[in-house]
Amino acid sequence: MTSMIDVVFLLLIFFVMTFKIIVPEGDFNIKMPPISQPQETIDLPPEPLRVRLSASPNGRLTTISLGDRVLGTSFTELRKRVLLMIQQRGGPNKASVEIELAPDDHLRYEYVIEAITAVTGEVKDGQIYKICDKIKFAPRHKE
Amino acid sequence: MKFKSKAEKRDLDMTSMIDITFLLIAFFMVLINFSEADTNERIKLPISELAKPPDTPPTEPMILQVLSDGKIIYANAEYDIEGLQKKIEFQLRLLKMLKIPIKSVNVIIRADAGCDAGKVQDVIELCQSLKLENFKLRAKQNDQ
Repeated sequence: MTSMIDVVFLLLIFFVMTFKIIVPEGDFNIKMPPISQPQETIDLPPEPLRVRLSASPNGRLTTISLGDRVLGTSFTELRKRVLLMIQQRGGPNKASVEIELAPDDHLRYEYVIEAITAVTGEVKDGQIYKICDKIKFAPRHKE
Repeated sequence: MKFKSKAEKRDLDMTSMIDITFLLIAFFMVLINFSEADTNERIKLPISELAKPPDTPPTEPMILQVLSDGKIIYANAEYDIEGLQKKIEFQLRLLKMLKIPIKSVNVIIRADAGCDAGKVQDVIELCQSLKLENFKLRAKQNDQ
C-alpha cells in the first residue's frame, strides 16, 4: 500500500508541475503570391483598399489612413469606413474586395494585428461577422 | 479510560485519500498537452478577439517565430534572416524530394506583439521569394 501511494503522489506531482493553461490561438490568413508579371495583374482585380499605418519613432501608432483619408488612431472608425466601402462595392460576401496593409517598418506588430482584426470582422453578441478576408501587405520600396 | 493501541493508529483508512488522489491524477492527465514543442515562451502573441482556433489543422505547417529583437526561431533553432533563408531553402528541397507541392505549405508566423512590423514583413518577403504563398499570422484570444 505505502509504495503504491508513493508512486501515485509522484505521478500527481509530475502532472501538477507540467500543468499549464493553454490560451486558444487563432490565425489570420494572408495570401501573398510571389511577385511576378506586374503588368498583367494590374487590370484584373478592382483596386484594393489601402490601409496605411504610420508610426512614431518609438513604434506607437500615430495615424491610420484609408486611401487618401486620414482617420486618426481609432480602429473602430477604420472598421466602419471599410464596411461602408465594401457595401458600396457589393456587400461583405463579394469576395472581390482586397485590403492592402502598409505599416511603417518600425510600427509595433500588435497594431498590425489590431488593424487586421478591425478589417477582418467583428464580434457581436458572441458571433463573428466577417467583413473582409482578403488581406495582404503592400510591397515595400527599399532604398 | 480506554486507550487506542499503537498498532490501531498506524492502520489509517486511506481509501478515500487514494480515491481523491487518483481523481486529481486523472484530471491533470486529461488536461496535459505535449504539443508545446512549437511554441516559445519568450514570445508574447498579440491579442485579437477574432483569433479562433482553426477547425482543421493547416497542411504542411511551417512555424516561424519572430522574437521581439527580430531573430527568428524555426525548428527549435534561432536564425537571423540570412540564416533562415538557407534553412528554408534546405527544407523546401526536402519537400521537393518527398514530392510535396510547395503551394501546400502554410507558413505560420508567431510574432511577438512588440516586434517591428517590418521584421514580420521581411520574413514574409523572404518566404515569398522562395515561392511560398500561404501565410497565417497567429494571435491569441485573450491575455492570461
